[in-house]
Amino acid sequence: MTSLLPQSAPPTAGHPGKLIQPDWAEIVRITPETEGISTFWLRFIDPQVRERYRFQPGQFNMLYLPGYGEAAISMSSDPEDEERLVGHTVRFVGTVTKNIGRLKVGDVIGVRGPFGTSWPMKQIEGRDLVLACGGIGLPPLRPAIYHIIRNREKYGKVTLLYGARTPKDLMYPEEHEEWKSHDISMEISVDRGDENWDGRVGVVPMWFYNFRIDPRNTAVLTCGPEIMIRFVIYEGLARRIPAERIFVSLERNMKCGQGSCGHCQIGPYFICKDGPVFPFSVLQRYVNVEEY
Amino acid sequence: MLDITISRGTTVALPKTEFDLLLADLRENGYQTVGPRVQDESIVYTDIQTLADLPRGVQTEQDAGRFRLVQGASNNYFDFIPGADSWKKFLFPPRVELFTVRKGKGWEYAEAEAATPRYALIGVRGCELAAIEIQDKIFIRPDFYDPTYRLRREGLFIIAVNCLHPAGTCFCASMGTGPKAQGSYDLCLTELDDVFLVEIGSELGRSLLAKRKYDLPSAFVQNIANQRLSRAAQEMGRVLDTSDLPGLLTEPENLEAAHWDEVAKRCLSCGNCTQVCPTCFCWDATDSVNLNATRASRTRVWDSCFNPAYSHVFGGNTRPTIRARYRQWLTHKFGAWKEQFGTLGCTGCGRCITWCPAKIDHVAEIAALRKEVNP
Repeated sequence: MTSLLPQSAPPTAGHPGKLIQPDWAEIVRITPETEGISTFWLRFIDPQVRERYRFQPGQFNMLYLPGYGEAAISMSSDPEDEERLVGHTVRFVGTVTKNIGRLKVGDVIGVRGPFGTSWPMKQIEGRDLVLACGGIGLPPLRPAIYHIIRNREKYGKVTLLYGARTPKDLMYPEEHEEWKSHDISMEISVDRGDENWDGRVGVVPMWFYNFRIDPRNTAVLTCGPEIMIRFVIYEGLARRIPAERIFVSLERNMKCGQGSCGHCQIGPYFICKDGPVFPFSVLQRYVNVEEY
Repeated sequence: MLDITISRGTTVALPKTEFDLLLADLRENGYQTVGPRVQDESIVYTDIQTLADLPRGVQTEQDAGRFRLVQGASNNYFDFIPGADSWKKFLFPPRVELFTVRKGKGWEYAEAEAATPRYALIGVRGCELAAIEIQDKIFIRPDFYDPTYRLRREGLFIIAVNCLHPAGTCFCASMGTGPKAQGSYDLCLTELDDVFLVEIGSELGRSLLAKRKYDLPSAFVQNIANQRLSRAAQEMGRVLDTSDLPGLLTEPENLEAAHWDEVAKRCLSCGNCTQVCPTCFCWDATDSVNLNATRASRTRVWDSCFNPAYSHVFGGNTRPTIRARYRQWLTHKFGAWKEQFGTLGCTGCGRCITWCPAKIDHVAEIAALRKEVNP
């Protein structure tokens, strides 16, 4: 595999069993976020697994609901959470996720993971950061935000561009002030405002026209609808940010998490193991190939 | 028994009458002997007990979208070229339970019921042996292994066979996998009229063969075998130019060639090519529960990149057209596979051509694509 790719954690970093058999975790808290989206806070039942399990910002787990199947969900919580809870913000759209939506505190769910590459938090130290996300693209970036806050002095200017459909769809609103207090400038936009909205209406990529960035020292992390990602990349490249410093998180159908089931391929890459986080430079040659 | 020292690499002449004893010995050692039988107007790999179970004197006519059994003039057991079945089903079963869970206080794993079978594969062709070694790279990796595959693979006994009568869709010589079996086997046969020339590939193979009555083959007999083998290499039904692979199928501009639209008009997206392919490895998982929802099983089944659901994500399908799906299959098999696993994903067995109901000849499609992009 090409050395351009970020290192993924070895799949056995959790333990060998995770490759096929999920570990069991109890739902200890459910936070309703917006209509049809909640965050499930999980605690592994086996104390050894709880002790051993670690994830990096941007990685995902396969959540398993017996009888329904598995769904790939990025972790949205602080990787260094003191209670060792692992948060997953889930949108209820498919068979598995809709039924996860029916679970209650105390219910048990299967977890395999963590899988995939992470946001390159070490590599981008010293840089100005633009985090650009839309809709359900914010949760996979939230662990990175926590990491940045914990290590604020290691990063330069940090800008979070976040777009949602309507003001009601904005996630984690109670945390926004906290994030801003750590010198993260937050630029929120919605597709459609309401009577109380006096913020920006528009799409995320257009924000690049509203502020100045230093292309020599800026890194972009982006996650969200594919169309938004595409235009964030264009705007980044147009400002001469090198493709190696634009990091995208991709989504495809996944069954295994370890490059075995084949579903998530794009060119030579398995998104589950060589991604989901890629430097755009490795995807660049495929970006305009239709339906690839 | 003759007083001959045999070791790995030695070739002996084994009378065919001794072969059944070899099979029996394998079974006594705990192996399930599986090999080719005539079934459903094709050749199927299934349980065999003796040579008499094999397709004696049967040859095959194969072309794009065509497979016919023909009774040949010889009494040989391996004159045919395999059908849709491949050995893949023994190592990577089409349907296998991953685990079952029971509802207690939470959920707990039920004991796995089935023991891992130990197979002796009788009559593995060069292309098929290469296919197994390609799947090894997928299912047994430094960072991951598939337990089902690995346990079955490690217990495997392989009797390979050199192909002397290639079929019309064969192109193993182009892919460098045959007609002589290469790679690792326990024993390898070249079939002549009354004897098998048996090459010893492993210590286990040697110890089994040592109990049989055999001779050292004369130079004359060995010459005949060699001649037939080199003639077979000349008689390949298809020739694939691999000189510009994988690049031809990975260059982004070639992915937008007009030829993909042309193939898409003929391709039915039925997935036959992926199901008969001995290297295709994609799988899906399905879930089932008992009526009172106290037991749930997760089962792995073969999937295909031609299946529309294969590339489904919320909000759409990343490969909604047949053009995109055919292109994915061909460019993966003969292109991206190389970067993923260090080898192309094709061994030249020709099954995908023979079993395509639309008679799509992938060798010809690659040639047509080449002609379009390098006029």
